[in-house]
Amino acid sequence: MSAARLEALKGHVFAPVTALVDERRLRLFNRAIGEAEPPTTAGDAEGRVPVPPTYLFCLEMLDAENPFAFVEEIGVEITQILHAGQDFTYHAPVHVGDRLHFTARLADVFHRKRGQLTFLVQEIEVANQHGCKVADIVRTLVLQHESLAA
Amino acid sequence: MASIEVHKTFPPMTRETLALYAGASGDSNPVHLDAETARRAGFPDIFAQGMLVMAYMGRAVTDKFPIDRLRRFSTRFLAVTQLGDELTCRGTASEPRDEDGERRVTIELAMTDQHGEIKLAGSAVVAL
Repeated sequence: MSAARLEALKGHVFAPVTALVDERRLRLFNRAIGEAEPPTTAGDAEGRVPVPPTYLFCLEMLDAENPFAFVEEIGVEITQILHAGQDFTYHAPVHVGDRLHFTARLADVFHRKRGQLTFLVQEIEVANQHGCKVADIVRTLVLQHESLAA
Repeated sequence: MASIEVHKTFPPMTRETLALYAGASGDSNPVHLDAETARRAGFPDIFAQGMLVMAYMGRAVTDKFPIDRLRRFSTRFLAVTQLGDELTCRGTASEPRDEDGERRVTIELAMTDQHGEIKLAGSAVVAL
């Protein structure tokens, strides 16, 4: 995938993903990030358990048919990219039991270091089962040119 | 008002940590699991998932503030976190301001290793 071909894919809309916030999976995630103690794993006054701040990124991968579709759909291999930046804007809380819909698009493609690096900017909208937008996510990936297949 | 400080240290990064995170997060990118794949991609060995380190940064913030007060959380990934690295997250909050009908602060965050190298630079906007 050449840099020019990637640029032509600007605006690409990725296959949508629906993901369930499952209590047991969330417990495993909290353990993996070393978060075993309240308050973040305990429920609120109504017993609702919130998700940690970065969990939305994972949910999309956990429930996608292909976890690497967010790069492979545009012809890039997962081992070719590095994560350059990540941004979450939270609009409403997410709790265990929520069913979330992820809609991602390739918002921008740009080059740096005289074309040696290509940045891919993906914007992802997350809505819950009530149709309420809970978050906007921006994921920025970077590709090094020598690793690009001709 | 005393300034709000964030400070949290994390245990050394191990292969087990990366494997556990890969399974729990769905991010099974082999550069974080298989040394041979990592070497082919130009790295000396497997290295930590950037989102694992961002999750650590999130813990440093949610130690101080309830999750539902978090309005925005962003980072830039500046350097790879290697096996054995011992990370520390430090942050300092701005003066409170009025925004969207509530009092908010921005916390500027840095995740550094045992040599002081900055791995992640981030910020969190929190409603007080």
